Order: sequence, then C-alpha cells, then structure tokens
Amino acid sequence: MFFPISGADISPIYLATVGFLIGILGGFFGVGGSFIAGPALRLAGLDWNFAVGTDLAHIVGKSVVAARRHRALGNVDLRLGSIMALGTIGGAEVGAQAIQMLKRAGNVNLVVSIVSIVVYVSIAIFMLWESRKTLRLEKGRAQRGLLKGEKSKKDHSAFGHVTRAIQKVKIWPMVALPTSGIAAISLWMILLVAFVGGLFSGFLGGGAGYIRMPSMVYVLGIPTHLAVGTDLFEIIISASYGTFSHAVKGNVDILIALVMHTGAVIGAQIGVIATQYFAGPKIRLAFVPLPLIGAAIVIYTMISGHKL
Amino acid sequence: MKKKTIRTVRAFAIELVIYAFLVVAYFFLVLHLLGQWLYQLEVQHRYVYAALAILLIMGQAVLLESVITFLIRLIRGRSE
Repeated sequence: MFFPISGADISPIYLATVGFLIGILGGFFGVGGSFIAGPALRLAGLDWNFAVGTDLAHIVGKSVVAARRHRALGNVDLRLGSIMALGTIGGAEVGAQAIQMLKRAGNVNLVVSIVSIVVYVSIAIFMLWESRKTLRLEKGRAQRGLLKGEKSKKDHSAFGHVTRAIQKVKIWPMVALPTSGIAAISLWMILLVAFVGGLFSGFLGGGAGYIRMPSMVYVLGIPTHLAVGTDLFEIIISASYGTFSHAVKGNVDILIALVMHTGAVIGAQIGVIATQYFAGPKIRLAFVPLPLIGAAIVIYTMISGHKL
Repeated sequence: MKKKTIRTVRAFAIELVIYAFLVVAYFFLVLHLLGQWLYQLEVQHRYVYAALAILLIMGQAVLLESVITFLIRLIRGRSE
C-alpha cells in the first residue's frame, strides 16, 4: 500500500501486526511501546523523522482506547493525570531543546544512544530487584498468615519507605488524590515526576511510559493498576501535543498511524484484560524485559551504523 | 472453568475474524479515498492537517472501540 504523505510503500498487514503487538504492551503496562514502534517503522523503510512523528500519532489513538478501558475499570485518576500533563509538556520542551543543542554540537546520535542504554538498563535492573524483593516479602507474609483475607491484587512495594518519605514532604500547595488513596502530596512532587518523564520523552522520543509508570508507583506511591491507567490518560494529552508539533514540521503520516492503530485496538483489549489477572509486583516483574529490548535495539543500531 | 476458557477463546477468535474483514474493507474504502485529500492538505495547510490528524486518530480510536464492544456483546451474548 502506497502512503503519499511519507512516500513510503508498506504492507498494511505488517503495520497492523506491529500495532497489535504494541497494543498488548500498552494495555498491559501502560507504555507507548515507542522503543519497538520506532525501529519497526524504520525497518519498513520510513525515515526517522516520520517514524518518530507517526509513532506519536499512533500512541494517541492507542492510548485513547486503553485509557477508556482502564477508566471503565476504575484505573484512571483524572486529577493526577491532568496535573501530570502540565509537567510532561514542560519537560518534553526542555528535552527537545537539549536535542537541538546536541544537534548543533554534532554529537546527538552518540549522546542519545549512550543515555538511552544507561536509562533502559537501569530501569530494568531496578524493577527486577524491587518486584522480586516485594514478591519474596509477600510470600513471607502469606506464610505467616498476615495476608489472610487480603485481596490477591493488593499492591505492595519494597520501596514503600522511600514513597512514604516523599509523601511527608510538605511543600505548599498540597494536593489530595482520593482516587489513588493519597490524602495529601506536594503538587511540586507530582510536577517533578511528570517533568522528568517529559524530559525523557522529548530527549529519547515516544511517550516515556517506561520511566513515568515506575516513577508514579515508587516515587508518588500510586497503586500499579492506577499508575498504568493514569499514565495512559496523561499520554493522550502529551502525545497529542507532540503529534501536533511534529505534524506542523511535516513529520507525521497519519494514514500509516491509522492503519497501525487498527491492530492496536485489538491488542490493547487483550492487554487491559490481562492486568486483571496479575497482582502489581507481577506486572512490574513482567515489565523488566521491555527496557532491555529497547537497549538491545539501540546497541544494534550503534553496531550496525544505523542513525538513531 | 476450562469449558468457560474455551468458550471465551472461541468467541475471541470469531471476533478477530469479523474484525479483520471490517478492517480490510476500511483499508480499501476509507483510507484509499482519504489518501490524496490528506496529502494535499498536508502540503497546503499544515496546521489544519496537524489538527485533523489528531481528530482522525482519536475518532478512529473511539469508533473501533465501539465496533469491538458491539462485537463482544453480539458474539459472547449469544454463546453464553
């Protein structure tokens, strides 16, 4: 099928299949899957600027479907998502400006590649450590009979002491997040987490759910199921902003995004339903290979000489 | 329990087949017709194209989700 906007000739079945796989990831983990979608579009012959811009448009559609599903399941904190969108947009702009600076300095490919590998591997190692420790703690509690009567989906974290310390920071204004079960948290903490997520989004591309979702769980103390749903809601706003910005610069082939999205709709349904059968630490443990896949793709592009 | 799982998987497979037919028809009819028009819009009115791109992807998301929900009700409603 010929796509006149980008001038690319790509099989719609290939695009729908890629969308399907990324849809499953998005529905289950609340991530955009850009570390797979971008290289997959590039593999199909699309230029990197179109791959990044088109992926953002696809992320908007995919997140709308998954967020609606999560909302129906009560997994979206609208207040938190709206606040975070502000911080994300600010961070994304700073990240994009940093890329422009590196472009002018002539070392953007090397710096972005190294930063992304370090970030992806660090996230994977941390989440592996935390989720395994939490699962071990839960096993011990279950053996001692402390979990008797608790629902199997109850969310525990081995990083809970850090979360509690952050929630004790009383910098005005304080915000209540009743949907997430948080009585009061500093607005600045939420904006900081969102800003960092946006910074990575602007710097490394995509929705940066791989850093925002863990940050929401470990730093803000949002239950994993709510973090997944709220992250998706927040991505709708921030990715729409990114899509508009890229489309104005001529980097979006919306027809490709529409075709990819037809597969993502089905994939997202499967992913969202699957979250109902797993407890928080198990979702986090299953998340571990994703950043490693991203790191492997970046290492491959560095070795093979592809432009990142 | 096992019988229920088999029924769910079967219903999902039927949904997938019907959905695939609908999507193929969508590719050939809607996208084929929209292609040239969107291309012209992208060349001549970049800001309008940018806004329309977001509306299109969001509209498709809501539309396809409604189709899926309808299929789920139709097929699983009959099988259960």
